[in-house]
Amino acid sequence: MADMNWPKQGTAAVLGATPDRIDGIAKATGAAKYTYDITPDKMLLARALGCPHGHCQITAIDVSPALQVPGVVAARALKNVGAQVNWEGDLVAVVVGETEGAVAEGLKEIKFAFNPLDVWVDDSDLAGAEKAGRTQGAGDNTKLDNKDIKKPEEQDAEFKRLLDECKKDGAVVEGEYGIHVITHMCLEPHGSTCEWEGDKLTAHLSTQNVSGTAGQFATPLQIAATDVTVHCDYVGGGFGSKFGADSWGVVCAQLAKETGRPVKLMLDRDLELKNAGTRPSGFIQVKIGANKEGVVQVWDSKHWGTSGIQGGPVTQGVIPYVFDPPNRRRKSIGINTNAAGARAWRAPNHPQACAITQVAYDDIARALGIDSYDVFLRNLPTVTNNKAEVYKAEMEIAAKLMDWRKKWHPHGKGPAKGSVVTGLGMAIHTWGGAPHSSTCTVKIHPDGAVETFLGSQDLGTGTRTVIAMVVAETLGLPVDAISVNIGSSKYPTSGSSGGSTTVGGVSESNRRGATDALNLLLAKVAPKLDAQPEDLEAVKGRIQVKGNTAKGLSWKEACGLLGMTPIEVQGNFQRGVTQTNLSSNGVAGVQMAEVAVDRETGVVKMLKFVAVQDMGLIINRKLAASQIYGAVIMGIAAALYEERIMDPTTGKFLNAELADYKLPRLGDTGQIVVELYEPESEYNRGVVGLGEPPVIAPPAAIANAVCNALGVRVGTLPMTPKRVLDAIAKAK
Amino acid sequence: MKDQEHQNGKSGFNRRDFLRGSGAAAAATALATAPQLAFAQAADDKKVVRDQTTITLNVNGGDHKVIVEPRTTLLEAIRYQLKLTGAKPVSPDGVAGAATVLVDGKAMNADTLLALECAGKKVRTVESLGGEKPDAVPAAFVHNDAQQCGFCTPGFVVAVRAFLNAHPQATEAEIRHGLNGNICRCGTYANVIQAAMEVVKGGSK
Repeated sequence: MADMNWPKQGTAAVLGATPDRIDGIAKATGAAKYTYDITPDKMLLARALGCPHGHCQITAIDVSPALQVPGVVAARALKNVGAQVNWEGDLVAVVVGETEGAVAEGLKEIKFAFNPLDVWVDDSDLAGAEKAGRTQGAGDNTKLDNKDIKKPEEQDAEFKRLLDECKKDGAVVEGEYGIHVITHMCLEPHGSTCEWEGDKLTAHLSTQNVSGTAGQFATPLQIAATDVTVHCDYVGGGFGSKFGADSWGVVCAQLAKETGRPVKLMLDRDLELKNAGTRPSGFIQVKIGANKEGVVQVWDSKHWGTSGIQGGPVTQGVIPYVFDPPNRRRKSIGINTNAAGARAWRAPNHPQACAITQVAYDDIARALGIDSYDVFLRNLPTVTNNKAEVYKAEMEIAAKLMDWRKKWHPHGKGPAKGSVVTGLGMAIHTWGGAPHSSTCTVKIHPDGAVETFLGSQDLGTGTRTVIAMVVAETLGLPVDAISVNIGSSKYPTSGSSGGSTTVGGVSESNRRGATDALNLLLAKVAPKLDAQPEDLEAVKGRIQVKGNTAKGLSWKEACGLLGMTPIEVQGNFQRGVTQTNLSSNGVAGVQMAEVAVDRETGVVKMLKFVAVQDMGLIINRKLAASQIYGAVIMGIAAALYEERIMDPTTGKFLNAELADYKLPRLGDTGQIVVELYEPESEYNRGVVGLGEPPVIAPPAAIANAVCNALGVRVGTLPMTPKRVLDAIAKAK
Repeated sequence: MKDQEHQNGKSGFNRRDFLRGSGAAAAATALATAPQLAFAQAADDKKVVRDQTTITLNVNGGDHKVIVEPRTTLLEAIRYQLKLTGAKPVSPDGVAGAATVLVDGKAMNADTLLALECAGKKVRTVESLGGEKPDAVPAAFVHNDAQQCGFCTPGFVVAVRAFLNAHPQATEAEIRHGLNGNICRCGTYANVIQAAMEVVKGGSK
C-alpha cells in the first residue's frame, strides 16, 4: 500500500522542486478570466454612489433623475431618508446601464442631501478621542515576576521599582511609536458579475472564499444555497478582505434579477478603498527597561488605534511582539472613527504589533550602545513560541547574507557620504499557519488521465500548482499530467484562503485523496504482477514492484485495468479532528534591512533586505520564494509609503486614488535576498502556511535601520520624508 | 442644521453645486486643493455628447468595428466589445499601468485613451503576446514567477515588452529606472526585474 506520509527529505520526485506555475502563461497573456473580465452577452454595468460626508443623516435621496439618462436601465437607493451614514463612501445608491458613460452620468443625476453630524477620524490623538467620547473597549493585562503583588497600586509601585533598577544598572527607554491605517488595495476591486437562469444564480465573485459565500447570497435573496453557484477562477488580490458576498454583491444579484440581464457591479477605486478593507492603526506609549546586557526586564505600555466604526485596537495578546519579558503590563484602548470597519489584513495584528514594539527593543540597543543583533539574540529566551533555537539559527544565516557584523555601526555613528547615512535594522516574527479543512475529489480515469476537484481558490499563492505537485508526487506522475479544478462552490468544500491555511489544507486533502485512489489502483494491478498491493509503488509514470523497474506496468496500462469506470475518491482533512503527520503549525522568521537616509531631504532608500523563513516542508521553492519577495515589498510599502489620510472636518478619505495613495514602484525596493530555511527538523514537521509571516517584520526592521542610520528614532510609520525631517529637527 | 444639497447641474459637473454640495467646510478644503478646483472650473458648462458612432479599431493585426461614444475609452471598447480583457481597469487615471497596451508600438494606458483617438492606429494588447508560442516576455514572467494574483501582470508584460523593444540591451539599473509605470500590490517587482533581465540575456530556453 502507498504510504500516506510525505517521502523522506531528499527522496521526493516533485516536492521541493521549482516547476513554473501551471496557470502562469494564462495569467501573463491575458487569457485568465478574473471576475472583472467575465462579460456574458447582454451584460449591464452597475456602479455605486458613495456618501460624500463621513457622518450624516440622509434628508433626501431620489434616483429617478438617473433613469432619465439615455442608456441607464435601472437605479436604486440603498439607504432611506432618515438613515444615518457612518463613513464617507458608504454606498447609498446604484445605477445600472449599458455603458460606463451612461452609468457615470446617471450617478451624477441622483439627488442626495444630508445633515452633517459630528465627525471623528483622528486615531493618533488619544486625548482628543477621549474628549470626543470616541474611545471604547479599554482593557489591560499585567504579568509580574513576583506573583504575590496583586493590588493595582502595589503593581504600580513594583513597575516603578523595576524601572528604577534598570535605570541604575542598564537602560530605560520611554518611547512613542505608531503605524497608520493602510488599505488592502486589491488591484481587482471587490465585486461580482451575477447572472440568473430561472431561479438559479451564478455569482462570479472576486473572492478568497469560494466554498463559503453561496449562503451569503442565498439568505438575503431568500433562495436556497443549493440554487447559488459561486464561481471564481482567478482573484485579483484579497489579502484578507474578500471573504464575503458583501452587500453590493447581493445588490448586484438583485439588479440582475430585476433587469433580467447579467449585471456586473465592481467598486470604483475610491469606493474600494473607502469600503472594502483597511488594516487597523496602532499607536503606543512604552516604558521599557533592560539590564546592562540589553535583556528586557520590564515592559509597561498603553496602546490605541482604530479599526474604523468598530473601534477596536490592535489586540493586546501580541504586545510586546514575540518577546514576553518577565514583568509586563499592557493597556489598550480602541478609538471609534467614521470609517468603514477594518477587515483582516494579511497577518492580522502582527505587523502593527511588531512595528510598534520591536522598535522599543532596538531603542534599548541604542541606549546601551550595544549591537542590535545582540539585543535580539539575548532576548530570545523570552520568545512566546518556543522557537528560540530556530530564531538563533535564522539570525546567523541572515547576518551572513547581510554581512551584518562587518556593516554594523552603533546608532547614528556611521560614516556619512555628504548628507546620506546608512544603517541596519532587524526584527523577528511568528505565525500559526495550520491548514484549513479541505475536501477534494480525485479521479483516475481508465485512460490514465487524473483530475482533482475542490472549492478552493488561488489568491496568488499558486494553489493549482501546489495541488498538481502533491497529486503528481503521490501518483508518480509529472506535474502536467494532473488536471486541477478549483474555483466553484459546486466542487467539494475547501476552506477560505485566510491565515496562511491554503497550501497546507489543499495538500492535506489531495495527498489523502490521491493516496487512497492509488491504493485502489494498486489493488487492481497487483494480481496482474503476481504481487501484493503493499509491494507496489508508483514512480516515474509506472506502477511496479518496489525497486524493480522490470516488474511493472506503465501508468496508462495500469489504468487500463479499470475497465470502464474511473476511480473516484474523496480526500478529507478536518482541522482539529483529523490526525496528521502531513502538516503542522507555527513558524519563526528573521528579517534584516539596510537603508540609506538623506538627512537633507528625509528620503529613505532601500539598499538591501534579507528574509530568512521557515515553513516546515516546502512544496514549491519558487512559489515559496515569490511569497516572501512579495511580502517584503508589501512591508516596504507600509514602512515608507502608504497610509490612509483623512480630512478631520468632513471625514473624507483624501487619498483614495492610486495617484495619491503612495506605493513603492519597481525601482524603490532595493536588493531583496530570500532564504528558505528547511533543515530536516523543519521538513519533518510537514507543511506550514507561509502567506502571512514574511509580511510582518519589514516595517519594524526598516524603522530600526532608519534609526541606526540617523541615531534618531522616526516614531511613526510610514517614514515619509516629512516625518524623517521632523524627527531629525526634534532631536536637535 | 440646513440641508446640504449634493445634486449636480443638468449640464454635468457644476462648480457652484460642487462647492455647495460638499458643505461649507468641505468647500474650504476643496478651495485649498488646487487640482479639485481646477477640475471643477474646467468641467463647468461642459455638455455630455452621447451620440454613438461606429468606428474601426485595428487591434492585434485585425480590423474590428466597435460602437463608441466620444467618452468611450479604448479600455471599455476592447474589454466589453472585443472581449479582450487582458488589459485591466485598476484606476481611472492610469497610474497603475494595468491597462497598458501598445499604440503604434508605444506603451500607453488604454484607460486614459479615448477609443475615437485610436481609430487609424495600430493597437496591440497583451493577448497578441500569447497563443501557441508565447512571446519571450510572458514566458520569462512565468519562468521567473513574476506574478502572484496576476491582475497587474498583463499590463506589466506589455510595459516590459515595450521597454525592451526600445532598450534590448538594458542593464538591471536601467530596468529599475525605466519600469516604474506599473503597480503590483502582491509585490512581484523583484521577479519582474529577473524576468526582464532574462529576456535581455536571450530568454529562458
